[in-house]
Amino acid sequence: MENSFIIDKIYKAFNQDILKMDTASDILSFTVASPVIYEVIRFLKENENMNFGFLTDLCGIHYPDRGLPFGVVYHLHNLRENKRIRIKTFVTLGNPYLPTVTDLFSSANWMERETYDFYGIIFEGHPNLKRILNVEYMDFFPMRKEYPLEDPTREDKDDRYFGR
Amino acid sequence: MQPFPLPEPGWGTGSGVNNMEENQYTTLNLGPTHPATHGIFQNVLTMDGEQIIDADQTIGYIHRAFEKIAERRPYYQITPLTDRLNYCSSPINNIGWHMTVEKLLGVKTTKRVDYMRIILMELARITDHLICNSVIGVDSGALTGFIYVFQEREKVYEIYEEVSGARLTTNMGRIGGFERDLSLKAVKKIREFLDHLPKVLREFEKLLMRNRIFMDRTIGVGPISGERALNYGFTGPNLRAAGVDYDVRVTTPYSSYDDFEFTIPLGTQGDTYDRFCVRQQELWESIGLVRNALENLPEGSFHVDVPQFYLPPKEDVYSKMEALIWHFKIVMGEIDVPAGEVYHSVEGGNGELGFYLVSDGGRTPYRLHFRRPGFIYYQAYPEMIRGGVLSDAILTMSSMNVIAGELDA
Repeated sequence: MENSFIIDKIYKAFNQDILKMDTASDILSFTVASPVIYEVIRFLKENENMNFGFLTDLCGIHYPDRGLPFGVVYHLHNLRENKRIRIKTFVTLGNPYLPTVTDLFSSANWMERETYDFYGIIFEGHPNLKRILNVEYMDFFPMRKEYPLEDPTREDKDDRYFGR
Repeated sequence: MQPFPLPEPGWGTGSGVNNMEENQYTTLNLGPTHPATHGIFQNVLTMDGEQIIDADQTIGYIHRAFEKIAERRPYYQITPLTDRLNYCSSPINNIGWHMTVEKLLGVKTTKRVDYMRIILMELARITDHLICNSVIGVDSGALTGFIYVFQEREKVYEIYEEVSGARLTTNMGRIGGFERDLSLKAVKKIREFLDHLPKVLREFEKLLMRNRIFMDRTIGVGPISGERALNYGFTGPNLRAAGVDYDVRVTTPYSSYDDFEFTIPLGTQGDTYDRFCVRQQELWESIGLVRNALENLPEGSFHVDVPQFYLPPKEDVYSKMEALIWHFKIVMGEIDVPAGEVYHSVEGGNGELGFYLVSDGGRTPYRLHFRRPGFIYYQAYPEMIRGGVLSDAILTMSSMNVIAGELDA
């Protein structure tokens, strides 16, 4: 399965909603607008030319300086043709809602709960969206970048020392 | 999770409250620290008599926030974190992480490094499968096999000790290769181990494989179809027991696995017995792989030249300026890593272990996500035990090879 074939099909189906494409990194990646993420994932899974029937990974990412700071990264795998694809979508802090893909992939259940647990991204339609690894009474989302790992009063561990 | 209902007044006195005629379900709290679950897993079971109606899982008891910690650690300090994921096969995790960083940096390792990695990863797979399969025996009432194969696991740990200095949490290898070459003693130990293991395995198989009691206890227990297994994100021996031939070593060969010929065993039913048999067969394949890699171990360097990441030998640090500078920069974590993102996966002991690494050009990962196979397929557990009995649920869990360290990361 060639990259150009996938790119062709995806652009034909979701032309204006594909925000970015990356062919340079290890896996073909697309950034899509958040309202169509469910449609894109379903297209990739169910379209007879695509057959990305295996959800390898789903995780969150946080870029506090961007206009759309919260991202969710889906890794899909076409096992028959052994082709991987990476789909990203971004949401804002004020509106961190995304549709769930649990009805397409049962495996997404806990992965979405983990993403909610650590980043506070809310997956609408999820059957049981509550914290999974952290305690239930935790009132913040610990993987967000504003929560430093160290004691915040320390001054010798700022970002300069980590090359940023 | 709902609080457990207290028994109503009159319960257990034969006064008719809670009797079977009213068909009330019992809630049974299995775990978090149950002697039969080999780790900290809580399952709140809803039982109708002896039959399991539903299960509610709670995980996260040993969550240590590795992904957050990794965002503030230089790359070489993340290897000890990966040790503690699937601690039954730490070398696979260590080497998987090193290969992820090498993929990001575009470093090509030598054949000798690749073959040494295969030897250690396959030895790790052997320990992982030995533990899992012997524990299935324990949970079905045969402790003997467990004690017997643990002696072999001990021998592998001695090999780890010879290669890396540690036994359980190995922190094995470096980015770019290994810290030292395979010593003659290590090679001798591996050979002795390979010569002795087949005898033990045959005896172990004689004990369980066609044992009437064992077969009755495991055939048809905790089954899952190939289709459901794929939907639930199963990988590794659990998926192959359900009849899907997906193995990362074959589909995306890493570390020169494509130089070797080996068979991927498949099951058909996806039940506990098939999972046991698939692992047992993989043990034989792993023995062949280690033997092949050791026989054909190419000459060459046991590491590649990546001075920014590979600690220089100590005698050079004391006598050469450049080595001292690199040593200082590496230990103080002052190496900038090029920006980029990469997903790399290896065939871990229990499935596809993936590393999703995003670097923004800093000295630590911007984001590191571990795709832990156990975390993903353990969510199918309620579906697999529904309708069964409690003792089958215990057996199903041990045959799934869920490791608490990996589950909770």
